[in-house]
Amino acid sequence: MRPASKSDLFWSFSWLALQGFGGVVAVVQRELVEKKQWLTREEFVEEWAVAQILPGPNVVNLSLMIGDRYFGVQGALLALAGMLFFPLLIVMAMVIAFSGISDLPQVQAALRGMGAVAAGLITATGLKLITAVKLNPMGKKMCWLLAALTFVAIAVLRWPLIWVLLGIGGMACIIAYQAILRIQARSSGEGAP
Amino acid sequence: MTLTLSSLDWLHLLGHFLSLSLLAIGGAITTAPDMHRYLVEQQHWLTDSQFTSSIALSQAAPGPNLLFIALLGWNVGINASGGLAAGASAWPLGFMGAAIAMLGILLPSTTLTFVAARWAHNNRELLSVRAFKAGMSPIVIALLASTGWILSSKLGSAAESWRLWLLTAVVTLLVWRTRIHLLWLLAAGGLLGALGWV
Repeated sequence: MRPASKSDLFWSFSWLALQGFGGVVAVVQRELVEKKQWLTREEFVEEWAVAQILPGPNVVNLSLMIGDRYFGVQGALLALAGMLFFPLLIVMAMVIAFSGISDLPQVQAALRGMGAVAAGLITATGLKLITAVKLNPMGKKMCWLLAALTFVAIAVLRWPLIWVLLGIGGMACIIAYQAILRIQARSSGEGAP
Repeated sequence: MTLTLSSLDWLHLLGHFLSLSLLAIGGAITTAPDMHRYLVEQQHWLTDSQFTSSIALSQAAPGPNLLFIALLGWNVGINASGGLAAGASAWPLGFMGAAIAMLGILLPSTTLTFVAARWAHNNRELLSVRAFKAGMSPIVIALLASTGWILSSKLGSAAESWRLWLLTAVVTLLVWRTRIHLLWLLAAGGLLGALGWV
């Protein structure tokens, strides 16, 4: 599946950005992978890995990459515009309209409630994507081990992201490299005696 | 708050965001501490509360979290044209500030992403590219789970704010196992909060 047209691309990204309160990644996964099926779960995780390692907001990077894939530079710009244009209008309108009331206790309490929901959305997105490692050349056990190490380093020890990506990520790339080599050697060796 | 900004100051503002753009690995929010150091402590272009409320407001709004950067620029522009007391006549500089901030934070990183992602896609059969994607997959999934965990822990300790933690846990299960629309969950969270139930 792919976007029907450039305007489909723009409006799809606008629509998903407008649903993204407290983080857009959960919505991107739901809309583009589950509903529109422009990407499989495996592709989504792979693209997300690239978007994550490059500087800049991850969802902005992801929108650029997907837009470029289908309609080149124009697609990249349209996806980016969709991601930013309407949310930007709304946040500007909010800052003008709510400059007096954002300190009200009820508003603060509502924001806390929405914050708790946003945390759940993102955790669930991570859980759903676990099935994407099924086809991973490193095998399930190694994937779980690497994921657990990363979770401890980031969520518990609060190490800076850059060191986790370079350290655990670098190690994971080497393990994956060797795993792919082994698989290739096995499949090319099958014909030999 | 009122201040005077020369064209050179606006260029410095642009330069600061341009220089942070390529450092924003893991999202623009990771550079917020440095923006605070520069805009509030060093240049005194923003007040502390303007800085904090820009971040809070952008998180309450839909869209990527980087919109807080537009609000920082907006507030610098408003301060430069007489503050909120100036009313709508302060808006042009506000919009200019927002545009400068967004341009600065986006231009370098989007250009790099565009070039690098295209290269990675064109060379997707290369062993090193395949190894990178396969190796990073479990890490990326764990990063999402960690983000959820860190967001929850900002809600307060599990003993004190157990209702918020329960809400997070229920939402996690619902999103993982059902196809319920995400907007309903957010509306419910806002309502429960406003009613004082969580």
